[in-house]
Amino acid sequence: MLWFLRRIAVSLLLAWLVATIVFMTLHIVPGDPAELLMSTGGVAPDPAAVEELRERLGLNQPLMTQYGAFLMGLLRGDLGVSLIDEYPVLDEIALRLPRTLELIGVASLLAIVVALPAGTYAAVHRDGAFDRAASAVTALLLAIPVFVVGTLLILLLAQMLRVMPAGGYVPFAQNPIQHLTLLALPALAIAKGLAAVLFRMTRASVLDVLHRDHVRTARSKGLAPGHVMTLHVVRNALLPVLTVLGLHMGTLLGGTVLVEYVFNWPGMSTPLLRAVEARDYPMVVGIVLTISGLFLMINLIMDLLYGVLDPRIRTA
Amino acid sequence: MNRLTLFGGIVGAIILVALAAPILHLPDPVRQDVANRLAGPMAGSLLGRDEFGRDVLSRLIWGARVSLTVAFSSAAIACAVGVTLGLLGGYLRGIAEFLSVRSMDVILCFPPVLLALLVVTLLGPGAGTLILVLSILYVPGFVRVTYAEVLSVRAQEYVEAVRALGIHPLNIIFRTILPNVAGPILVQLSLAVASAVVIESGLSFLGLGVVPPDPSWGLMIRGARATMDQAPLLLLWPCAALTITILAMNLLCDALRDWVDPRSGRRSLG
Repeated sequence: MLWFLRRIAVSLLLAWLVATIVFMTLHIVPGDPAELLMSTGGVAPDPAAVEELRERLGLNQPLMTQYGAFLMGLLRGDLGVSLIDEYPVLDEIALRLPRTLELIGVASLLAIVVALPAGTYAAVHRDGAFDRAASAVTALLLAIPVFVVGTLLILLLAQMLRVMPAGGYVPFAQNPIQHLTLLALPALAIAKGLAAVLFRMTRASVLDVLHRDHVRTARSKGLAPGHVMTLHVVRNALLPVLTVLGLHMGTLLGGTVLVEYVFNWPGMSTPLLRAVEARDYPMVVGIVLTISGLFLMINLIMDLLYGVLDPRIRTA
Repeated sequence: MNRLTLFGGIVGAIILVALAAPILHLPDPVRQDVANRLAGPMAGSLLGRDEFGRDVLSRLIWGARVSLTVAFSSAAIACAVGVTLGLLGGYLRGIAEFLSVRSMDVILCFPPVLLALLVVTLLGPGAGTLILVLSILYVPGFVRVTYAEVLSVRAQEYVEAVRALGIHPLNIIFRTILPNVAGPILVQLSLAVASAVVIESGLSFLGLGVVPPDPSWGLMIRGARATMDQAPLLLLWPCAALTITILAMNLLCDALRDWVDPRSGRRSLG
């Protein structure tokens, strides 16, 4: 129990540090933050506009007051308003986040369903035809950037063969089939990298467990091979895979930004990219904090799950 | 031929072509020629022209130069900073260890692309911003690898011996320990370069990395997306260049890792 509480406390500490760093970035860069946000390459910004921005972001208050207000806002769930249209950042995130989560969830599921059996099979039949072919495909999948895969899928399936839509979004309630059709390609693009990583990790992990003593014992006492595989090998091999899945979520969340852009999926990346281009600082901070928080939470869940599945780690 | 030589040779060839860009007598990669927009292969333009009539081959090669410059500079800066922090933290332990090693966990809490976008918002896009962001992103990797290696090396007898001779700690760190932990750091360096190429191209693709009209593979893919129904090849060239470069770099990383640590097996398992 203590182990679980400690792990949760560490995550809260990290969340606080992440928020502090995000707050500090605006003040760490040399020069006046308001002028920095208004500058457009060479031309000096209008002093009145800079003063107004300073007022709106509260930059003319003492640093500690700003920091306190920022943290209090976070605790209350108040992320401020967009500099462009005064729209509350939290409302924008609440609208977009479920769509991004849906994409990530479906992609992860897709990757797990393909990679775990494939990795196990490749390990059991080490150096066989499937193992060699799958390892080569994995190397290729890891080398193609996620936005290239997305773009090439559109070129092939939407432009040349015309069997899939090039992108877009329809709410599930409005037309479920259309919704899933539009979801398929972006989910596939996101799943490819994760599937490759999970395949490698599963293969390595199963190979490792296959040679352990307890597996030899299970075999020699005459247990059915299928029984040994599922209960003695795969069960133990999945633990390290779980950790890798958690660690890889950061890359996955970044890749999702690119994939949503490629397929016009109206998730978190649309307001994020618009905000980065327009230097809408509160909006960028809100979205970066949300996604980083999500990342921390996923890793916490993975760790807690790990603790449940493997009680030995709790004493370490 | 062994894998290290093969993939090292391919990556070396790509770097050499990028370095040689100014002496290859290529057409100007940013000169527009609207009359020949989307033209196919022609005399002087082996791969044709892009949506502004710029020479595709020339942009591919100059683009490699930009991508590789960003990737190598950021990996080198991250390596210098990260290795120094890792050496100090691992050798001095105590408070130095906490400040240099544990503090890195915070950077790892951010999804890389998101941290990059945050910095781009503040500083505006450009190659300089990219190098800064990527250096920050790769420092923790170098710190962790160096730190772990130093911990195992510092207990060795030869380190004890130089310490007994009364050599200055900085001399021990940089002249006795550093050469003995260089292998895994080299592997980490190759991983950082490969990863930097991926993130640079991704940010440029979003229009938030290299600033037009400078050529970059990510920007070329971005531009060719709009005309993919008329000129699909325009899209395929930069995609192929990017994928082949990253594939060669990844395979070189694997070969390098096996060479540095033969125990890791014939094939990379990680």
